[in-house]
Amino acid sequence: MKTPPPAGFGVYIHVPFCARKCDYCAFATWDDKAGQIDAYMTALVAEVRRATDAGMPLAETVFVGGGTPSLVPGDALARVITAVRRSPDAEVTVECNPDNVTESLLRTYRDAGVNRISLGVQSMVPRVLAALGRQHNPDNVVAAVDAIRGVGIPTFNLDLIYGAHGETPHDWQTTLHRALALSPPHVSAYALTVEAGTPLAADDARHPDDDDQADKYPMADAAFEDAGLANYEISNWAVPGHESRHNRLYWTQADYRGFGCAAHSHAAGRRWWNVRTPERYVDLVNTGRSTQAAFEELTTQQIAAERLQLTIRCRQGAALADIAPDKHNEIDEMAAGGLLAVVDDRVVLTPRGRLLANAVTLRLT
Amino acid sequence: MDLSRIRNFSIIAHIDHGKSTLSDRILELTKAVDAREMRAQYLDSMDLERERGITIKAQNVRVDWKGSVLHLIDTPGHVDFGYEVSRSLAACEGVVLVVDAAQGIEAQTLANCYLALENDLEIVAALNKIDLPAANPDYYADEIERVLGIPADQILRISAKTGEGVPDLLDAIIERIPAPKGDAGQPLQALIFDSQFDQYRGVVSSVRVMNGVLDSRSKLFLMQAGATHEAIEIGVRRPVNTPVDSLGPGEVGYLIAGIKDVSEARSGETVTKANRQAAEPLPGYRDPKPMVFCGLYPIDGDDFENLRDSLQKLKLNDASITYEPESSGALGFGFRCGFLGLLHMEIVKERLEREFNLALIATAPSVEYRVHKTNGEVQFVDTPMSLPSAQQIDFIEEPYFKVGIVTPKDYTGTLMELCQSRRGELQKIEYLSPERVELIYSIPLAEVVVDFFDQMKSRSQGYASLDYELEGYRESNLVRVDLLLNGQAADAFSTIVHRDRAFDYGRRMCEKLKELIPRQMFDIPIQAAIGGKVLARETVKAKRKDVLAKCYGGDITRKRKLLEKQKEGKKKMKSIGRVEVPGDVFISALKLDD
Repeated sequence: MKTPPPAGFGVYIHVPFCARKCDYCAFATWDDKAGQIDAYMTALVAEVRRATDAGMPLAETVFVGGGTPSLVPGDALARVITAVRRSPDAEVTVECNPDNVTESLLRTYRDAGVNRISLGVQSMVPRVLAALGRQHNPDNVVAAVDAIRGVGIPTFNLDLIYGAHGETPHDWQTTLHRALALSPPHVSAYALTVEAGTPLAADDARHPDDDDQADKYPMADAAFEDAGLANYEISNWAVPGHESRHNRLYWTQADYRGFGCAAHSHAAGRRWWNVRTPERYVDLVNTGRSTQAAFEELTTQQIAAERLQLTIRCRQGAALADIAPDKHNEIDEMAAGGLLAVVDDRVVLTPRGRLLANAVTLRLT
Repeated sequence: MDLSRIRNFSIIAHIDHGKSTLSDRILELTKAVDAREMRAQYLDSMDLERERGITIKAQNVRVDWKGSVLHLIDTPGHVDFGYEVSRSLAACEGVVLVVDAAQGIEAQTLANCYLALENDLEIVAALNKIDLPAANPDYYADEIERVLGIPADQILRISAKTGEGVPDLLDAIIERIPAPKGDAGQPLQALIFDSQFDQYRGVVSSVRVMNGVLDSRSKLFLMQAGATHEAIEIGVRRPVNTPVDSLGPGEVGYLIAGIKDVSEARSGETVTKANRQAAEPLPGYRDPKPMVFCGLYPIDGDDFENLRDSLQKLKLNDASITYEPESSGALGFGFRCGFLGLLHMEIVKERLEREFNLALIATAPSVEYRVHKTNGEVQFVDTPMSLPSAQQIDFIEEPYFKVGIVTPKDYTGTLMELCQSRRGELQKIEYLSPERVELIYSIPLAEVVVDFFDQMKSRSQGYASLDYELEGYRESNLVRVDLLLNGQAADAFSTIVHRDRAFDYGRRMCEKLKELIPRQMFDIPIQAAIGGKVLARETVKAKRKDVLAKCYGGDITRKRKLLEKQKEGKKKMKSIGRVEVPGDVFISALKLDD
């Protein structure tokens, strides 16, 4: 099997601070550590410089995620971003909470090279936002989008979540409608997922229902496609040309480097991740030690399995060559069942198949 | 050894009434086991026994107390092993009856006491757990007096936990239980009451010498098996195996004779000398007879030979298991296995999975039917798959059990309802005390083997207890209910049930299977049918969502691990046609009953 050529190099920067922790969130984020923001941002710059000195490649993409990057002072974040050496046409994204976004903050970002904003919208229905444990007012989303356009940042994404307890199909339709009214060039729509250890996990009554989510996914897909946003990965839609280049790095097994606590990195089949808490991260950086918590060395088999798992989620699908010949009868059967299609030697999921991507992948491995 | 110094006894107790704790305390008091090396419950050596809190294989131990030699002979603590209990009792002159002073006597204990009385064994009764606040020893002493005729003032009060009263109990054993009788000059007659397979030493049997002398290096003849072996080692358990030169009348110990298979040294076997044989074997021997049958199939068809090897190895240690190859259109190649009861069946399946690392699917349990055919032949059918077609059948007989239930009187109504719903016929109601009742029913075994025990426990909040024995065969109006998965008959899942209950059974099984079979990539119809006529139908709706929403940097490792885990999970499922069925689906379906 042929390994595709490396598709560039990306940098991820983790900002673990939030005003309030959402009860479905299992990320390394904290709402009670604002006092550490200064030290943390300084440590980030230091770790980026150290990696650069050690020969880190030019970044094709930079993604600042969290947490809530827009919570920390704009100039502090700008210093981290500018510390990353990147190619002239690099895609530079910052995740923002609509509540924090102001034109002045966005100008600071823009001046540091940020050319893409990802807004955590989740829902446009206040009742559903409340069910998700979010506080923002949907009107802030409209204002935030105006501000993005106002300062001339060329593209942005809206993050949506479906399947919260009490969200009716009509609520979801409302969210889709109001989100699309903002003419976003890119949308991510995620099925609400119960993560172990979260408050949501402990509350069975509010767990999402698979069938409800299976009803809402095609609603979203149809609405986005109608609005000219094409699905290019299970949970992502974009106006052609506005696909996230950073995300594509993950899905093509390219190399990436994560900075900050709990950030993951990958280089040629080796994956590692940093210590989980900001305190330990800052301490390790300041004392010149490695921030790595653990790593895994992928076997050739695991690399191949991951390639299939990742590529099959994308619009181009998985190469037939990546699937063992003795599984080809499974392909025929699932094609007949309307879960996938074979297009030009690639296995591409249908909308129904996308919802069963794990089960399909399992049958192909 | 001077016979007058020997006392041989078993402890009869209900599960949790403290038999194992008492055994531990006796070992400690008689200094057989150092308190430091005391493992909790020394005699229950199998992990499974420890987990389930029951004794499956009998053990024995020799201890010294005030100049006497006591042989404590442990007995299996479950109703499935009634014959083993009777053989252990045959090695004793008396029993110690242990009753929880907060709960009173239970059905199986009662049955074992009757067995002891029938064998003229002396009963030394003790009320245990007197340290508990809820203990009511006076009340239950009266009950024991009423039921068994043991004078209340002779019943000891002990706490096996704290050791209180245990020395008095040991004294009472010496005072009240008679010394064994026997004649060293007679030809050898030694009773095997348990055999276990040891991978290094072969079969190690527990023996009680009745007459004559068993000495090492002598040529032995096993009278039931008709086999000759040489005594390689004989000894006593203290509890560590300690070789001795000879065992005389009344003595209990172990025997190693180079036997490779426990079926040659079954419980009840009589050992004599090859050159001077006893005229008669000891009475009471019975071939172990399996009562419950099910098909065991490897989930991975390649494991068939492994399953055969594993069954062979298990049988070395458990002569009561039977197995023969069977094949099913739905499940492929497997074995029809026979067990003493449902617990025995579960234990064997669990041991195969645990000790031999096999993933198995079990079919619904069945009993053995006597099918009288129109051509006059009688066919024994223990698998529904081989039931002849309706036209060939004149009539069918099924085994009935005599079931005894002891319960606090408040639960009498609901338990009678349960027995009635299982086609039971009431034989007798007896008040053991103003508060407790014994119900005797005749019930078809097929109705007992499913979830009767669990039902009885749940309806009586755990207070009722059960004993049963085979009563005989009776004619019944029986039909075979077939199950269809995805339109295909799953032959191994057919069950024989009473015609009046066929509809209910079919409906219930469809409902249960709908719950137990996970949603898959397409709709799966589940149907129950008699001879092609559909009785009930349910559908496992197709799974519509099985996907990770987010798949970015840190998610990729998680996703790979999730898929690896899902793949492992799939290995515990049997593919039947296109349907993935969990291996314990039938055991679960029968257990989950309302």
